[in-house]
Amino acid sequence: MSDDFADLRDLYQETILDHGRHPRHGHRLASFDATAKGDNPMCGDRVQVFVKYAPDGAIAETGFEARGCAISVASADLMAEVIAGRTPDDTRALFAAFRELARTGACPDCADAALERLQPLAGVHEYPSRVKCATLPWHALIAALDGTQEASSE
Amino acid sequence: MMDAMIPHAALDVARIREDFPILRQTVRGKKLIYLDSAASAQKPRVVIEAMRNAMETQYANVHRGLHWMSERTTDAYEAARDAVAALMNADRAEIVFTGNSTGAINLLAHSYGRGMMRPGQAVVISGMEHHSNIVPWQMLRDDRGIELRVAPITDAGELDMAAFEALLADGKVGLVAITHMSNVLGTYTPAERIVRIAHAHGAKVLLDGSQAIVHRRVDVRALDCDFYVWTGHKLYGPTGIGVLYGKRDLLDAMPPFMGGGEMISSVSYERSTWAEVPHKFEAGTPAILEGIGLKAAIDYVQAIGYEAIAAHEQTLTDHALARLSPIEGLRIVGQAQDRGGVVSFTLEGAHAHDVATLLDRQGIAVRAGHHCAEPLMRRFGIDSTARASFGVYTTTEEIDTLADTLARVREFFA
Repeated sequence: MSDDFADLRDLYQETILDHGRHPRHGHRLASFDATAKGDNPMCGDRVQVFVKYAPDGAIAETGFEARGCAISVASADLMAEVIAGRTPDDTRALFAAFRELARTGACPDCADAALERLQPLAGVHEYPSRVKCATLPWHALIAALDGTQEASSE
Repeated sequence: MMDAMIPHAALDVARIREDFPILRQTVRGKKLIYLDSAASAQKPRVVIEAMRNAMETQYANVHRGLHWMSERTTDAYEAARDAVAALMNADRAEIVFTGNSTGAINLLAHSYGRGMMRPGQAVVISGMEHHSNIVPWQMLRDDRGIELRVAPITDAGELDMAAFEALLADGKVGLVAITHMSNVLGTYTPAERIVRIAHAHGAKVLLDGSQAIVHRRVDVRALDCDFYVWTGHKLYGPTGIGVLYGKRDLLDAMPPFMGGGEMISSVSYERSTWAEVPHKFEAGTPAILEGIGLKAAIDYVQAIGYEAIAAHEQTLTDHALARLSPIEGLRIVGQAQDRGGVVSFTLEGAHAHDVATLLDRQGIAVRAGHHCAEPLMRRFGIDSTARASFGVYTTTEEIDTLADTLARVREFFA
């Protein structure tokens, strides 16, 4: 590893490299209740999110298919992990907090364990053009929860 | 067009770099290495000063004022048209100023496409066009029932000439609209051959020279193309000014695109008559300062000389291909025989955006993405590439730094 990239470790933390390379949830679900696509027309990143609900209406499982950079894939994977068991409303609130984290680098409600898990993505705030990489899967997820087919990061 | 074996008047890169103030900037604590000239070139001091000088000493609107300032400004603006005409070996009446290449192509799609073509005719584009040379023709197709045909390209990224000619066989093609140099693959298309074949089948030809004219002398008489478009900001000039060259008889026959001031001969509520070309196509106050800046850019390029520029960029391109190709996992997209200073590549295990971010940390500016050429990306089965592109100020040492850094980028994501 070159030291020249040491200061990029704030952006590409080990968690991101790991989940970007080997996403745990990077697959279409065999059966799902909701799906939506996300598209960043400026850079060509694409993601499709699949959601399966539990009988009580909470999110049971999330999968995704993505073509994009390490940050967008890692963000989708961590998202799928942290929203398991949450209600759609709770998930929307989490996205609002995560979006704040991605934009500003500051964690508005760090008491939430989920945000702590998403903390490695906070580094994108220093790279304005990359913030959308991190939020694109969330836009697709919210579109799926809302029952709309497509989301755009624009 | 040029022979790399013959030594040319060497281009003094160190001196040229002195002409570009921005190259003294540092980015993220590193010396700027600007390898994104194909997106937009940096500006030499003469361009910056020409525009500032005009604003400080002789500025007014053009073609209308009966006062000293307006006359001086009109002279300076029209001198830009003369400079463009001389650059392309055209007549000054054949040079229409637009906002950029996109503006020029849209003007043509309107004034030639809607004005002169008939339903049932076809437009042929190629498989390596920028969106700006795809979408206006799609809009024409949907609006006027004019067919859009796409000439395929080979795996090497060259136009498939046999397939191209076959698309013209039925005689329905009214216009061939093809890039002169791909902004992604670096490929030069065989423009003279394309024009000969198209003309033999009764089709007019538009060449998109947005990239080509930056690197090689363009002679529209020798090419015999009917239309040629390019944009000032890639030729070291300002943004906001582009060029449409059209053969005089075609421009005369074409109806205007936008209506307004500047483009009329007389106006009454019953009817208006049009100004002579090129003014017929230039409604509204033009990009005056940008025209003045463009002339300074053309003078700058002419002073260096296209022979020296072409030789320098050939050296850079050969050097880049030699240094990048051996990097493990790196794939050059586009292997045309005749190519210019644009090198696109993918790196196994690293997305182009991640590559660009890591390079940026070293002060290296490249473009990453689909380069406004999504169909071309699909043709090669990819979503995006990183692209390094060169200008008169680019050095082989900068390309060495790119290559060394890319090898480390690969380690980073391994």
